[in-house]
Amino acid sequence: MINLNVNGKAFQVSAEPDMPLLWVLRDLLHLTGTKFGCGVAQCGACTVHLNGEAVRSCITPVSRAVGKRVVTIEGLSTDHLHPLQQAWLELDVPQCGYCQSGQLMSAAVLLKEKPDPTDADIDAAMSGNICRCGTYPRIKKAIKEAAKLQKENTHA
Amino acid sequence: MNKNIQRCGISIQTMGVMMVLLGVISLGLFSFDRAPGGGGAAGKDSAASVRAFAEVYKVLKSPRCMNCHPSGDQPLQGEDSHVHTMNVQRGEDGKGLYALKCSNCHQSKNVPGLHTPPGNPKWQLPPADMKMVFQGKDAHELAKQIMDYNQNGHKNKAQLIEHARDTLVKAAWRPGEGRKLPPLSYPAFLKAWDAWIGNGGYAPGGH
Repeated sequence: MINLNVNGKAFQVSAEPDMPLLWVLRDLLHLTGTKFGCGVAQCGACTVHLNGEAVRSCITPVSRAVGKRVVTIEGLSTDHLHPLQQAWLELDVPQCGYCQSGQLMSAAVLLKEKPDPTDADIDAAMSGNICRCGTYPRIKKAIKEAAKLQKENTHA
Repeated sequence: MNKNIQRCGISIQTMGVMMVLLGVISLGLFSFDRAPGGGGAAGKDSAASVRAFAEVYKVLKSPRCMNCHPSGDQPLQGEDSHVHTMNVQRGEDGKGLYALKCSNCHQSKNVPGLHTPPGNPKWQLPPADMKMVFQGKDAHELAKQIMDYNQNGHKNKAQLIEHARDTLVKAAWRPGEGRKLPPLSYPAFLKAWDAWIGNGGYAPGGH
């Protein structure tokens, strides 16, 4: 059995240590907000946080998550009011939506480490998350909007 | 004589200690010149050193080494050493930026499958304040750079010899599926590396 902490809750799963974390999240814990895209860390759809870092869960063995905090899109906020979620809704960012949980998880790391990101920062953070609908301009706009909201919340 | 020595402020006992110390230091230097694989040369042999570096250079300029020692601030990929996809950046510590840090994709070991991310617990580029660029350097420039304490990550000769045994260096010979090995075997590289440094770490002639 493997002990995991996912979205602040303790779980015990029966899995081989080299099972990809994504399989554990989706198939064993039924947290299906995180998506399978390419399976080889090329597209970013499977991005989750591992101790605050945006790892690609499709190739991360579950053994790497033991003793660490895993956060999925379901746990990004308790009330769906993370500044990114608000901005995403406001600007109606997704089209098909498949890549969006990965986009949000990557953007959340960017905003945490660079609260006022430039276009270059956004490119440096987000170029590994592919969107086949091409929603990139809205993603970029929404990240900047979220940065503003985050700043307002901090000063509120 | 005793008087003369004392006049200089040095006692016979001090002289004795100094002689012993000098002996130990020279023994240390002597044995360093006979560093592992140093070809058994008792002294510095610049010709042997330069010959060995010619072999070392082939490995350092291979994609397996050079791709993580780029001239820019982005890693390289593949046999053609193209810029890493995804706009991956060096970052200050050499470990990437924001949501694109090296270890977000690169695990502690290779991921099975063709062209999947290779892995190592220490996967990273050199840091921004000590870039240790291989790309675009000729043999003379690269040899000088590696032997320069202020450009090589502050390594002395013994630490350079040890560095060739580092897990991240060895990773070049476990490149993951779909990637070519460096042009020398790992033991042949080690032999050449040790011979180059053991014989003085000389650089081949410049332009």
